[in-house]
Amino acid sequence: MSDLLLKVEDLEVHFRSSSSIVKAVNGVSFTLNKKETLGIVGESGSGKSVTATALLRLIPNPPGNITGGMMLFEGTDLLSLSDKDMRSVRGNEISMIFQDPMTSLNPVFKVGDQIMESIRAHRKVSKKEAKAAAVDMLKLVGIPEAEKRINMYPHEFSGGMRQRVMVAIALACKPKLLIADEPTTALDVTVQAQILDLMRHLQDTIDTSIIMITHDLGVVWEICDKVIVMYAGNTVESGSVKTIYENPLHPYTWGLLDSQITSEISNEEGLSAIPGSPPDLREEMPGCHFADRCPYAQEICFSAKPEMVEVEEGHSVSCHFQTKNTRLQRKERVYHG
Amino acid sequence: MSLQSTVAAAEKKMAKPKKETSLFKKLIRNRLAAIGLAVTLFMSIIAVFAPWIATHPPNEMDVVSSLKIPGTDGHLLGTDNYGRDLFSRLVYGARISLIVGVSAVVFGAFFGTFLGLVSGYFGGKLDSIIMRTMDGLFAFPFILLAITLMTVLGQGLVNVIIAIGVANIPGFARIVRGQVLSVKEEEFIEVTRSLGATDGRILFQHVLPNCLAPLIVYGTMSIAGAIISEAALSFLGLGVQPPTASWGSILKDGKDFLVLSPHMATFSGLAILITVLGINLFGDGLRDALDPKMKI
Amino acid sequence: MGTYIIRRTFDLLPTIFVVAVIVFIITRLIPGDPAAVMLGPQASVEDIEALRENLGLNDPLYIQFLQYMGNLATGDFGTSLTYNQPIVNLIMDRFPNTLILAVSALIIAFMVGVPAGIISASKQNSLLDYSVMLVSLIGVSMPIFWLGVMLVLYFSVNLGWFPATGMGTLDDGLIPFIKHLILPSITLATIPMATFARITRSSMLEVISQDYIKTARSKGLNEFWVICKHAFKNALTPLLTVLGMQISMMLGGAVLTETIFSWPGMGRLIVDAIDKRDFVVVQGTVLFIAVIFVVVNLLVDIMYKVVNPRVNYTTSKGGTK
Repeated sequence: MSDLLLKVEDLEVHFRSSSSIVKAVNGVSFTLNKKETLGIVGESGSGKSVTATALLRLIPNPPGNITGGMMLFEGTDLLSLSDKDMRSVRGNEISMIFQDPMTSLNPVFKVGDQIMESIRAHRKVSKKEAKAAAVDMLKLVGIPEAEKRINMYPHEFSGGMRQRVMVAIALACKPKLLIADEPTTALDVTVQAQILDLMRHLQDTIDTSIIMITHDLGVVWEICDKVIVMYAGNTVESGSVKTIYENPLHPYTWGLLDSQITSEISNEEGLSAIPGSPPDLREEMPGCHFADRCPYAQEICFSAKPEMVEVEEGHSVSCHFQTKNTRLQRKERVYHG
Repeated sequence: MSLQSTVAAAEKKMAKPKKETSLFKKLIRNRLAAIGLAVTLFMSIIAVFAPWIATHPPNEMDVVSSLKIPGTDGHLLGTDNYGRDLFSRLVYGARISLIVGVSAVVFGAFFGTFLGLVSGYFGGKLDSIIMRTMDGLFAFPFILLAITLMTVLGQGLVNVIIAIGVANIPGFARIVRGQVLSVKEEEFIEVTRSLGATDGRILFQHVLPNCLAPLIVYGTMSIAGAIISEAALSFLGLGVQPPTASWGSILKDGKDFLVLSPHMATFSGLAILITVLGINLFGDGLRDALDPKMKI
Repeated sequence: MGTYIIRRTFDLLPTIFVVAVIVFIITRLIPGDPAAVMLGPQASVEDIEALRENLGLNDPLYIQFLQYMGNLATGDFGTSLTYNQPIVNLIMDRFPNTLILAVSALIIAFMVGVPAGIISASKQNSLLDYSVMLVSLIGVSMPIFWLGVMLVLYFSVNLGWFPATGMGTLDDGLIPFIKHLILPSITLATIPMATFARITRSSMLEVISQDYIKTARSKGLNEFWVICKHAFKNALTPLLTVLGMQISMMLGGAVLTETIFSWPGMGRLIVDAIDKRDFVVVQGTVLFIAVIFVVVNLLVDIMYKVVNPRVNYTTSKGGTK
């Protein structure tokens, strides 16, 4: 497929501590086409942020290390690039925005300089041209009085405005892929919607693909085309947003959907609908990582790891009981009403 | 530890990769602090048992055998320009250093803590008067303040303690005041007051204990500083009265005979360096153990 | 910015006043008759009485105080009897020499200490890191008057590379000037150098783990640039905080360094004056150094602003902290 932008296969990221190895990401695979938006969902600690950081090869080493897998970006394995070549990918072909706009901008430099820096790192342009480009970017992300604002410091901006600046920095070189690591989590609800709108709008303007890391399924429904659900370093379910929305198969996904309702009611982050907590990733687990918390778990779930199986066109799930032959039935609950 | 924390810990490591201290590093840390403590104890023992450790009376002159190199005639580290046994003088010098170091810091800590407590707790005019004075004292370089006071007070052990002690007051006052200001805002103080506790009771039972950790760390480090200051004063001829053996005065004599017998200057300075290094190592370890975020 | 500087300058006046009062009090604390002490045991009663009159010691204390403050306000620090010169002239003769020494020591301390701290932080827990930390701990524990003597012993007496004492003038050429400068400035630089290394390391460690460093890396900047621009500028604030203290320590250290190397600066002026029992010179010079320190702290406060745009102009309280 000529439309393929990114193909990640069996990605493994491990963290060494003095006494053990934490397998934070343990064989994650997905593909992403041009102009597509992929959501990666999971609770905190599921490895979704590590996956995102690994794509830019920004896992701090030590203690972290990408120990296996492939990340084919336009046909080139990012893991095979030299440090120098990887740098020319970062911020240029692939860029990233982070969760907390209050801390992700450098407080001692003017916002304009922080945008220009991104441009000048990858394009041979004069300072003046870079500045003009930076002003254009600020206008593009909807910051009023861009010419004036460019000379201000981050602390003179509100949280939402800072996240707009981060978007401007990330998109300054018109990257082919934008990784957004929980870009709206730290923002007010009204501002969240604005930032999502902005990202969707800019995606059309500059034809970029997006990987949206989030624990908020609402965000996924709103802007994603595809979604993968991660649990304890593994992919448990993947497919188009439509299939997962209409026909979720993995018990963990069910839990996520339930908790979405819970969190909308109680306005709390987290998975109050799924009892228990994720497994200790330092330990070797022969079975399904979710077995401990799964209400449907049988003996086989603790002894054998389920394969990722495609159950319908573009919809895969890794559960012993969600194949074409064996289907779990789940009590009908009202989600979508 | 909850299970959930494992990967969370991994992600935290990514966000703050340098914060996690490995066991190895902690060991090194502790080992350094242990070495520091050992050195400090070793020097204290030498100081306390000086008469038994010294091989000669420290002030016994023997002009015939002056400036002997280390190892001659039972003089372990040689002799000085008056033929006095250098090893024995260094052993007795440890006494002066530690007496001055500890007493001057106790002096400074006592008055500094009192001023800091009063200043921080009562605030207002009193606070500004006290802190302005402390700012004024702070404007003098530490050693220069001690030098100036010594010119006024004249040589002598007690005067050295007073001079260095006074120079130590503003540092303690400032630290204690800062602590008091932060403790004062705590809710339990308000509760205690509403229960009818007097100011004195609140200060000594509730506020002061909260200042102890930084006081201990700062005090330990200050002892190292006071030992250097005493040596510096003696080096300038402003310290204890001759012929009392002090590391600084031995170094001063050693400087005059640097070419003939470099051992005098070398060993006296080494004694200062090792002692101060030991105390600083210990102080560093103490701070890390009590509160690594302490800004001292 | 302009109003900030003006306001902070006015803030200094009370501190300088307190400093002057402290010096005055110390002066009057001298036990016995300062005039008799100054003139020594051979002096006649008439001489002592004349000196007392001359120094204004016969006036009531508050008159003496007003007189003293009035003199200071007009820049009159008194007159030295042993040098037979106004103290201001003595200070102005020697201050440039101390300045040369202190500035070169500060440059050495900064050029060595700061990079050492940066490298140490970016290679945390490596052998290099441990070595830098051990050496800098020895540095902060160093009795510099001993270090100075040892440097003379090895580099002047044994190797003969540098002169042991004195100061070269630029008239003799640049090389002798620098040769004279090297040992004293290394001596004076040791403690600030070690302190800079320690502070730089710890504040760099704090900064390197911040999100905006991850942002900088995600832009594709090279690591050198990330560390030296994005991280270091944020790590500067704590460095500036200790800079003021270090300059104060260096002015104190100059007394010892100048004594060892016979450097004709203010520190040596003080020590000579103590030997000659010329207290007026001691007090005048000490007062001068204290005022310098207060002014340096004002400059550090202003640098704070330049480095750190977040500092609020209106509410920041600096003092000489």
